[in-house]
Amino acid sequence: MTTTAAPPVDAVADGRRRDVGDRPPQRGSGLVDAFSHVFLLGWALLTTFPLLWAVVSSFKTDEEILTRPWSPPTALRWDNWVRAWHTAHIGRYFVNSVIVVCGSLTLTMLLGAMAAYVLARYPFRGNRVIYYAFVGGMMFPVFLALVPLFFVVKNLGLLGTLPGLMLVYTAYSLPFTVFFLTAVFRALPLAVSEAALVDGCGHYRLFFRVMLPMARPGLVSVGIFNFLSHWNQYILPIVLMQGRDAEHRWVLAQGLTALAVNEGYAGDYSGLFAGMVIAMLPVLAAYAVFHRQVQSGLTAGQLK
Amino acid sequence: MRHGKRLFIATFLVPPLALYALFVISPYVQAFQISTTDWGGLSPEYHVVGLANFTRLLHDHYVWNALRNNAILLAVLPVVTIVLGLFFASMLSVGGRRDRAGVRGVRGAPLYRLVYFFPQVLSVSIIGVLWKEMYAPDSGLVNGALRAVGLGGLARPWLGDPALAYWCVVAVMVWSNVGFYVVLFGAGMQAVPRDIYEAALLDGAGRATTLLRITVPLLWDTVQVAWVYLAIVALDGFALVQIITDGGPGLRTDVIGLRLYSTAFGDAKFGYASAIGVAMLFLTLSIAVLALRATRRERVEL
Repeated sequence: MTTTAAPPVDAVADGRRRDVGDRPPQRGSGLVDAFSHVFLLGWALLTTFPLLWAVVSSFKTDEEILTRPWSPPTALRWDNWVRAWHTAHIGRYFVNSVIVVCGSLTLTMLLGAMAAYVLARYPFRGNRVIYYAFVGGMMFPVFLALVPLFFVVKNLGLLGTLPGLMLVYTAYSLPFTVFFLTAVFRALPLAVSEAALVDGCGHYRLFFRVMLPMARPGLVSVGIFNFLSHWNQYILPIVLMQGRDAEHRWVLAQGLTALAVNEGYAGDYSGLFAGMVIAMLPVLAAYAVFHRQVQSGLTAGQLK
Repeated sequence: MRHGKRLFIATFLVPPLALYALFVISPYVQAFQISTTDWGGLSPEYHVVGLANFTRLLHDHYVWNALRNNAILLAVLPVVTIVLGLFFASMLSVGGRRDRAGVRGVRGAPLYRLVYFFPQVLSVSIIGVLWKEMYAPDSGLVNGALRAVGLGGLARPWLGDPALAYWCVVAVMVWSNVGFYVVLFGAGMQAVPRDIYEAALLDGAGRATTLLRITVPLLWDTVQVAWVYLAIVALDGFALVQIITDGGPGLRTDVIGLRLYSTAFGDAKFGYASAIGVAMLFLTLSIAVLALRATRRERVEL
């Protein structure tokens, strides 16, 4: 029963009828309703269709892609995928992305949780100043920092290197991570930490053995948020992964865009679509499995 | 014990703070300083030119052209995204069958929510490359679909048309943002007690009235956050524009972030690029304040 509308008059009638009879209210202007459903369905198609099209195109030949965008492939050409992975270096970019995100995510969570914990639970002189220094970073557009950042990273000899990228990702994720986790740590009960300290538990042990496990839901939310923003980061790698031989250390987002430009010249459209799908599928698959956590993680980040 | 505590605070704070100061605070501070120079980047030499970069900025019609595009985005993106987001979210959480069992979402609402969120988890480079191909004149799906349904007359080189190119990019931005707000508003609507909707239903309120008179006022805080966030997104737009059109045709799709990027890393005018960055900062801050002011309303307490 997908079409039930409740225009004012009918709704009143329904409300009355409910007292008397037991019929479900389902008459009324189904038109408005049908309209709304068409919209819902339309948007769902608009979201999925381009993605499906990319998957389908990744199996076609170049000729099929260029002349018949609308028809299915004549055969499943997995060699497009192989070519994208090896020849177009999508495989290498993929591995680089994995390495960078593993490093930057671990570092972000560790350093962010440490700073947030101290700022949330240990009153000391300058605590507020440091907190606002971190949180204030959220207001600044990253564009403002690009030019000096390029030279800071260059002068440290980290330009075009994976560790450089990890450190920069971490630094730029700290404002939000500290902001979010400070609220999380503040909300944890005081009694537990007091009891632990009385029992002779040290501050370090208290943090790693008691507080971190207690903050787990918050850590998961901010972890998902940071994972996606690091994995999908675009502006920082294109600025920082320049220089000689830097292409070997490009990350996926950057490699894929370069591929889109180059394949246009090389005419390897099927390779481009295959590369796009390789870049897209793992994230979509992970999202499909953990969609509840991902949605709540990202929206929690927004609402705080 | 006291000493141990101090040491603990220091060991926990110094590493994150050092990293943050090195890669975030120092570049931001340096940006202000560089913006008052004519530094070209290749040599360490530069001259302090005071506010000359900023006066030049005021007369630079490339900058104004880019700003105009950001202004269009600012006028269109938040409104369209929020309206679509509210509409879909209300359909999904209270748009379904209304009967004795109460008010609930339409059938298949969880599936819709799952699907709508897809663009949010994809990287901007995938979205950009995908839509660049979607809009391609011969091989693209947009023209392919038009031809398939017999509207081949409407098919055109979307990104090559100076009048349409920018709107094509704006559409992609809406496309990629709506799903997030459907989920965000949906979460807010779940928190509204069902009996309020049921009472409205009994009082004869239709869908539109319920949405405008009940849902939106109760969700106003969330809408306000959405507005500010989308305004900030609208002042950026760099990644999608750079990937899809690279500012073309003829700078018709240029945005301020791309202007900064090409001034710095294309023309190596680092002083001038930093001045654009400083201008962007003030623009972002004032738009955020304005958005908060403009959307301020009395809070509805439940």
